[in-house]
Amino acid sequence: MPVFTSEEIAAFRSRFPILSRTVHDRPLVYLDNAATSQLPESVISAVAEFDRTKHANVHRGVHKLSQEATDVHEGSRDRLAKFLNARRREEIVLTKGCTESINLVSNTWGRQNLKSGDVVLVSEIEHHANIVPWQILSTAIGTKVVPIPALDDGSLDQAEFVKLLDGANGPVKLLAIQHVSNALGTIHPVKEMVAAAKSRGVATLVDGAQSVPHMPVDVQDLDCDFLAFSGHKMHGPTGTGVLYGRYEVLDSMPPWMGGGDMIDKVSFSGTTFQDVPYRFEAGTPNFSAAAGFTAALDFLEEIGMDKYHLREAELVEYAHRALSAIPGLRILGTNPNKAGVLSFVLDGIHHYDAGMFLDQMGIAVRTGHHCAQPAMERYGVTGTIRASFAIFTTEGEIDALVAGVRRVNKVLGAKS
Amino acid sequence: MTGIVAAREAEIVEEFSMFDEWLDKYQHIIEMGQGLAGIDEEFRTDAYKVKGCQSQVWLQPAIENGVVVFKADSDAAITKGLVALMVRVLSGAPASEIAAAPLSFLEEIGLREHLSPTRSNGLVSMVKQMKLYAAAYASQEASHG
Repeated sequence: MPVFTSEEIAAFRSRFPILSRTVHDRPLVYLDNAATSQLPESVISAVAEFDRTKHANVHRGVHKLSQEATDVHEGSRDRLAKFLNARRREEIVLTKGCTESINLVSNTWGRQNLKSGDVVLVSEIEHHANIVPWQILSTAIGTKVVPIPALDDGSLDQAEFVKLLDGANGPVKLLAIQHVSNALGTIHPVKEMVAAAKSRGVATLVDGAQSVPHMPVDVQDLDCDFLAFSGHKMHGPTGTGVLYGRYEVLDSMPPWMGGGDMIDKVSFSGTTFQDVPYRFEAGTPNFSAAAGFTAALDFLEEIGMDKYHLREAELVEYAHRALSAIPGLRILGTNPNKAGVLSFVLDGIHHYDAGMFLDQMGIAVRTGHHCAQPAMERYGVTGTIRASFAIFTTEGEIDALVAGVRRVNKVLGAKS
Repeated sequence: MTGIVAAREAEIVEEFSMFDEWLDKYQHIIEMGQGLAGIDEEFRTDAYKVKGCQSQVWLQPAIENGVVVFKADSDAAITKGLVALMVRVLSGAPASEIAAAPLSFLEEIGLREHLSPTRSNGLVSMVKQMKLYAAAYASQEASHG
């Protein structure tokens, strides 16, 4: 039995104003949700309503507007703590996105706990946001970034992972691993990987950019030290993000960026810092967007993350079958354990050309290396065409993609 | 004032005016790319590569008989067609004309979007490179001439 009826899916769609627009005179088929998802009306209006009635700087203001704005801003922290099943609200650091969250860890925990020769273990198919911050740290303090090899089906080589964890390439101090591959869609067994790391005293960071928006993620169950993700990939406003950190770990970390809101007392003879999480939230935060982030969580909880995931599994299976039937099309990442991302290449056709043609047909897909160049190198391609789904995606839209790709093949296909 | 570049642009606008359908237009562009001589394998190197995000573009400028001649290539079909279009308009024209060309014909044939700085096809950088090269040559000519 399908997870949702077609009427229910139509009702979800009707809540996203952007889906009613046209692109090049054709109905928009939006299949780029892994880059950024769309906003339901409730999120758009929550931000607008906040800006119309509560807009004021948060924290410390004694006036009514500031208090109301603070309630909204801090309310989003409470909701996020509940959404992730965090032990306490102080474990939620509000950032501007997943990238900032990871950079925060590399610049604070990393600088405090890592030394020359220590290994940060990542995967070979990691997003650049979970490679480059560790490389910058390496340049500064002499740590090493070592990739866990990926297998042909888009999963990670677990046997090799254990060898690396046991010090095959130097002493591992941190496992920084994606939960779901943004380039291929593979869901990695992070709970098991985190447990393996923990049993060896290795700290763990999970890049949840592609998992938190699409499936239930419980930080106590996952048992990681850090979890990073972005709001704009989960129907929330851009400029919102989260770093979850285990309280004891966060509490032991020094600040990174300095400024207002993160201090206890400032004096030219010495400055002391706030408690967590405020120690890591220097400057005026994105409070208008926080109103929208809460509305996005409302929307997701109304659907249910378990159902969201099951619905996307249906879409992936449907798309997998339909796309596989196209001659000359090769899907990258064939591991059956996949989130709503499908990456493929067309024989003899440049992904850029395909993307251009699909755009003319109103179909928004992403083409290129998806900020995962080492992954592209691993699979011997310069880029792929990537379709990524959301709760409003329909089988009809996947049919449109399939028809579009067939047309691309016909026009651009290798001529003899 | 009309020059070689303007005359070529007018010819292309005329040529594209017969396409109503986007697909016909793009097919024409792709055919132009297929007709482009391209550049020899030995020049398909980083030294001649124009930085672009998705499709690779190579540009090899030269001075032949006092004019700037461009050879160019790309690994993507549409981009190669657009490259062929720019070579057709600019190659062999006087350097000063290349450097000053506003290339407004792209607007008229509905391809301006390909030259917006947000497009990741390398074409913007290629046109910039072509103009820089021509400008450098033009100033050299002026100081010697």
